[in-house]
Amino acid sequence: MQKRAYFGLYIVIAILALLPLVLPNSFYMDLAIRMAINAVIVLGLNLLIGFAGQISLGHAGFLGIGAYASAVLPTHFGWHPLLAMGAGAAATGLLAALVARPIFKLKGNYLAMATLGLGIILNIALRNEATWTGGPDGMPVPAFGLFGFELSSDKHWYWVVAILLSVSVWASLNLIDSPFGRALRALHGSEVASRVVGVDVVRYKVAIFVLSAVFASLMGSITAHYVGFVTPNLADFFHSIELVTMVVIGGMASVYGSLVGAVLLTALPQALATFEGWETVVFGAILMICMIFLPKGLVPTLAAKFGKGE
Amino acid sequence: MPLLDVTNLSIHFGGVKAVQDVSFSIDAGIVYAVIGPNGAGKTTLFNLITGVYKPTHGEIRLDGESIGGKSPDELARRGVARTFQNLQICMNMSAIENVMVGAHLRLDRNLVKAALRLPSITRRDAELRGEALELMRFVGLEKYAGARADSMPYGALKRLEIARALAMKPRVIFLDEPAAGLNPKETIEVDELVRKVADSGITVVLVEHDMKMVMNLSDRILVLDYGKKLAEGTGEEVRRNPDVIAAYLGAHA
Repeated sequence: MQKRAYFGLYIVIAILALLPLVLPNSFYMDLAIRMAINAVIVLGLNLLIGFAGQISLGHAGFLGIGAYASAVLPTHFGWHPLLAMGAGAAATGLLAALVARPIFKLKGNYLAMATLGLGIILNIALRNEATWTGGPDGMPVPAFGLFGFELSSDKHWYWVVAILLSVSVWASLNLIDSPFGRALRALHGSEVASRVVGVDVVRYKVAIFVLSAVFASLMGSITAHYVGFVTPNLADFFHSIELVTMVVIGGMASVYGSLVGAVLLTALPQALATFEGWETVVFGAILMICMIFLPKGLVPTLAAKFGKGE
Repeated sequence: MPLLDVTNLSIHFGGVKAVQDVSFSIDAGIVYAVIGPNGAGKTTLFNLITGVYKPTHGEIRLDGESIGGKSPDELARRGVARTFQNLQICMNMSAIENVMVGAHLRLDRNLVKAALRLPSITRRDAELRGEALELMRFVGLEKYAGARADSMPYGALKRLEIARALAMKPRVIFLDEPAAGLNPKETIEVDELVRKVADSGITVVLVEHDMKMVMNLSDRILVLDYGKKLAEGTGEEVRRNPDVIAAYLGAHA
């Protein structure tokens, strides 16, 4: 069973390696990069939502911390972008750890509300601290350079995110099939059973919340440098919901489902652009149809249908 | 010194006194049964001793050390295992993984090492898989070694819980109605399994309604009624106790 799970990793790597050869132009290159960035975030979020069974409706806020750390610290304080990215991730981790303890005393709807509130607060902070963040208009982000080599072309960025995505898939697969990952899945399956076998439930929830927040922050930094500009929209509520939708459509507790969800929901708005103003309606309808006919998400439902399992 | 010593244990849920002033002690290595009519407080007593509930009053000592009000994971560290009356199986996992979760505390739970799939982690996990398989054989579930938990029948899941508890390598195991909902043949098999567990040196505390099984297995029996201790003693003593007879037959003594 595990061998088959890792086989999927080789397919992912193969696709990522061959994709640049078939992409016709820079529009598709850009789309592929954004898909990969979302895929990494959704992988982290799926560990929290799908595997550990905890909801977060505020993850775009963490994305925002990373993005703005990469924008503000190099611009205003002359920090090296790598250092800024690290600082953003550290700050996100710290904040997530700090709020997680009280938050994870809550369950279900209350947990959703608390994370939602957290995301909104972060977004408001970014909008209002206009001196530093440029407010609602956003601000430019300096280029990302390392050892005198500047990441400028889409090709560079493509390989960066492709490698990050491959490593993330590998690490997620590893984590799931480890004592840590089993404890996570167990507390989802039965919290009381996992407590009596010795799982410190709150600690595990906090750990995976922090991990997924840091994933989001790092990818926020990458997004900021890649796009070269940040706006608070990156950190708004709708983006949080979009990320959760990717998890759900792709498939909860499915590593490859995360990838499929991220790819589809990043591509869909582009594909629907022809509907001119009606795209949100079509988008919503597609989501509803997915949830009605594939309630477990695309990958798990299809895997069950073809009798493979992940 | 007894393994487990409970004195004046009480828990109140608002005005409901679910367990009231119950005292008893359990020697290491015996099979100890807790019986009583429905609602007598048996499962509540288990929840108190295994840390799921915190007592309102009273003292619980394990090996002389006070454990009242400690969290379930602290009790797990001290060798206290349990199963549940209403199944608590992780249906999102495979059968063998459910058993492996039982060994949680004996493993390296480091997140970073796990994410990097270090050889130390995978080696230990492979060993554990072997151990878990052995336990599944011990409880008679070898044919479900590759099964998903949600594909298994009820009777098998009851044993899977026992296997998970045994994976903790506990000193004392609390079995909450291991035979509930089983057919007569399965009940006999569970009876034999509990005997095997006790013979392996683990102290067994048992809540069970099947009197034949209780009388057959237990060294001592505690009888609860309306949260209070009604009687305690050997099977023969309890069976002859007039209060117990009254409680079970519903007579007013």
